Amino acid sequence: MNDVVRSSASLRRRLTVVLIGGAAVLALVLYFGVRLYATQIAQQGQDNILKASVTTILDTAVIRDGTLEIDFPYAALAMLNTASDDRVFYAILQDGALVSGYDGLPQRDTAGSDAASWSAAYEGAEVRLTTAGRRLFTTDRETGITVTVAQTQDALSVTLAQISRNVALFGSGFFLLATALSFWATASTIGPLKRLTQSVTRRGPQDLSPVTKPVPAEMVPLVASLNSLMGRLEQSLTRSEDFIAEAAHRVRTPLATVRSHAETTLHRVDKEENRIALRAMIRAIDESSRAAGQLLDHAMTTFRADHLDRQEINLSELVADLVNRLEPVAEMKDIALVLDAQRRVDVSADPILVQNAIRNLIDNALKYSPAESDIKIIVAHTDHAFVSICDAGPGFPPDQMAGLVHRFARGKNAKGITGSGLGLTIAHDVAEAHNGSLHLSNRAGGGACVTLSL
Amino acid sequence: MKFLLVEDNIELAEALLQRLRFDGHVIDHADKIEDAIAFSEAGEYDLILLDIMLPDGDGRDFLKKHRAAQNDTPIIILTARSQVSDRISMLDLGADDYVTKPFDHAELEARCRAVLRRRSGAAQTVTRLGDVAFDPVAGVLTIAGDSVRLRNRELRLLELFINAPGQLFSKQKLVDRLFSYDDDVSDNAIEVYVGRLRKHLERSSLRIRTARGLGYSLEHE
Amino acid sequence: MRYLISLVLSFWAALASAQNWEARALFGDPDAAQVLKVISSTDIDLFSSVAESFVAGREGVSVDYYVAGTADLDRILRQSPEKFDVAISSAMDLQFKLANDGFARVLEGIDYPAWAEWRRSVFAFTSEPAAIVVNRAAFAESGAPQTRQALIRALRETPERFRGKVGTYDVRQSGLGYLFATQDARTSETFWRLAEVMGNLDARLYCCSGDMIEDVAAGRLLVAYNVLGSYAQAREDLSDQIEIILPIDFQTVMMRTALVSARGPNPIVARDFMEHLLTLRDTTPTSAPALPMLDLDKPASEQSTIQLEPALLTYLDRLKAQRFLQEWADAIIQ
Repeated sequence: MNDVVRSSASLRRRLTVVLIGGAAVLALVLYFGVRLYATQIAQQGQDNILKASVTTILDTAVIRDGTLEIDFPYAALAMLNTASDDRVFYAILQDGALVSGYDGLPQRDTAGSDAASWSAAYEGAEVRLTTAGRRLFTTDRETGITVTVAQTQDALSVTLAQISRNVALFGSGFFLLATALSFWATASTIGPLKRLTQSVTRRGPQDLSPVTKPVPAEMVPLVASLNSLMGRLEQSLTRSEDFIAEAAHRVRTPLATVRSHAETTLHRVDKEENRIALRAMIRAIDESSRAAGQLLDHAMTTFRADHLDRQEINLSELVADLVNRLEPVAEMKDIALVLDAQRRVDVSADPILVQNAIRNLIDNALKYSPAESDIKIIVAHTDHAFVSICDAGPGFPPDQMAGLVHRFARGKNAKGITGSGLGLTIAHDVAEAHNGSLHLSNRAGGGACVTLSL
Repeated sequence: MKFLLVEDNIELAEALLQRLRFDGHVIDHADKIEDAIAFSEAGEYDLILLDIMLPDGDGRDFLKKHRAAQNDTPIIILTARSQVSDRISMLDLGADDYVTKPFDHAELEARCRAVLRRRSGAAQTVTRLGDVAFDPVAGVLTIAGDSVRLRNRELRLLELFINAPGQLFSKQKLVDRLFSYDDDVSDNAIEVYVGRLRKHLERSSLRIRTARGLGYSLEHE
Repeated sequence: MRYLISLVLSFWAALASAQNWEARALFGDPDAAQVLKVISSTDIDLFSSVAESFVAGREGVSVDYYVAGTADLDRILRQSPEKFDVAISSAMDLQFKLANDGFARVLEGIDYPAWAEWRRSVFAFTSEPAAIVVNRAAFAESGAPQTRQALIRALRETPERFRGKVGTYDVRQSGLGYLFATQDARTSETFWRLAEVMGNLDARLYCCSGDMIEDVAAGRLLVAYNVLGSYAQAREDLSDQIEIILPIDFQTVMMRTALVSARGPNPIVARDFMEHLLTLRDTTPTSAPALPMLDLDKPASEQSTIQLEPALLTYLDRLKAQRFLQEWADAIIQ
């Protein structure tokens, strides 16, 4: 029952994508924002210089003897020197007519005496212009002077390119750092999840104790639910186990009562027909009891097969123990359990399941063996560990061997012998749970052999 | 042998008591743990048969206390639980063996014998009759010094006879004793084992007498 | 005013349809396939080594060298930019304005210090100071004046000696003269006082440094002000007769500049020529007289030359020029 759990988008991936995506967006916003701001600042810088130049020139405008004189200083144009050797144009207008400078320089109306700055094209180049005006008064007239100074923007472009480059570099650096941080953040956030998963996975199949390690606040509801689930599961398991045990007890105790009565009666009765009836009764009770026992074994095997409690066990020791336990029963029929086991046969298996299987197999052998015969039990390791139980009974009916393993199947040769037939099924299920196999065969001189390989 | 039976199911207890007393053993019966404790403190037992589900508690607690008190009387547990895990836990607690209810008396008997054999080893259990010494635990028959190990059925047969010398046992009785209810037993089967026993006892002063139509008995000559 | 003069001159030149060149020379194979047209204010003598070394290594290339005055050069190039490949002039301000007005081609990829070029189109290659050239004999006793102040004193002390024997550029005609004068005036008031003094002494006005130097050597002039020191130095034959003074109060140093005409006929050869001119310091000096080359390794902060910057446009402004020339004329022509 290990269905693959369907996964939606990976948490880690989602977190990483969001963080990196966010960082990318931020980096881009940073880049464009700073560039925009830098452009404004740089442009302001240029405009300020142009304004200063215009003002310097305007300041020297005077009317002398009726004519305009503008004796602007060297510095007025010297301040327009840039590292990129930008071209410079200027125009001085009196009442709209060009007095000196470059013809055709774009003009603009200024509001009052405030300087205005704007961009335009002139002589095949993009230039930045600043213009300002002043009104000059003489005794008889009033005249308007306009000074426009223009400059190409090569130096500005160079500065902006540099700033763009630096911001891009900084932005990339920021982005890389943010990416690295996001990986770290993702790992440290997912970390507790992973640790929890590991600690739960590491548990043995029987461990249903609650998770007690502290977890981040967001995971507390999940862990609480998990613990509650495990608690309910444990309860349910315990209840099932208790139920099974209780059921066994409930079934067996009255059976025991009936049996003892029957036996007692049998001892007192002489009439053959009564004796036969009583014996039959007792036999029936024994069959019921054995059936109950095998049903429980089978249920338990099925139950445990899903989560084997694999341990490193010495198979030889386990089988020797079993043989010891079943000796008295074998002795009753004078059957000898001959154990031929290698000193150590180490195998990784669930000891309770393996004991169950082998006990059932030996039980079967005891049932089918005639009195005073031998049951040979071999425990060895060739390319895998195996236990082989061979009796001197009637053997398996060859045509039915495959079907014997299925529930409740009994062979033709089983007439008159008590047993529900689950023994082989149990052993087969245990073998399968361990990725092993169960092999049935008949002995050459008569008798059956069952080999359980792990 | 002195047994203590701790069992609250009356019918089951009665049947057991009857059977064991018939075999010549002494048995005390307790149906509660507190009585069991009282009994075990009062006297020495060769074997205790202990039920798990008792009205005033779990038999395993008695087991734990018993062992904790350094008392190492062999204990066989009677239980309706048959899971391997249960068995392991019981043996861990100090029980020597266990049988699952409903159990075959013959199996119980065999297990008692096995447990006792493991534990004592000494020959306190020898029964003597004439020049025959019989150790039912070890399953050894000694005639004038020569010992022979008997097969299970032979020894059970002899045990039956030797505890009641001169008593007449019908064939049916013997069949009941010797064979499990599984086996299809012919009347001849008894004759085979009686014959074998006769053979063993040839050189002794004991004889198995056939009372035709009635049964067999062991006679001391 | 000067623009007006230029306008008249060009109009006259167009009518005449034949340019009056100061000098002209052809370097290289007369039948060469590619003829580089160079218009320059530099005397042929002082430039021949450059032109010859250029054509020497190049087959099928010749240099047609035209000499004109700095003002004429500017006017001619503005009028017919497609007729010439390279313009070389000592008038830094006029060259600057040519480049600013789009007449010069931008040459990318020439490794040259930023202070010695403007906009990668105007390249300076010499460092030539304005000097005072005096007649050696005339000042043998008193010692030649080392500052402008000293010169003024000397002139004032014995005015009769110097009447009609002092000379300088006619700044109305010479672009270089105008440059030197305006730079002097910008630097110090001493210029105007000197101009007045010279005006009082009936100063003679010249178009060119060469003429001034010869007249000083011959004694027709005793003092020539703002003469091209490099030209004076080049006349080694006259070193006994003339003394060259670089005034220690302040110096005006101009850089001779070259540019490639944006619409010239042979742009590739023109660029090649520029590279040749600008890397000439690598070649061993020839025996022919040469111009003092620019020390390219000197950092910008140690330069004392006139700077190639937009401020050079200042004195080319119509109003300002008008005013300066008026004042100058008032001072020096009396």
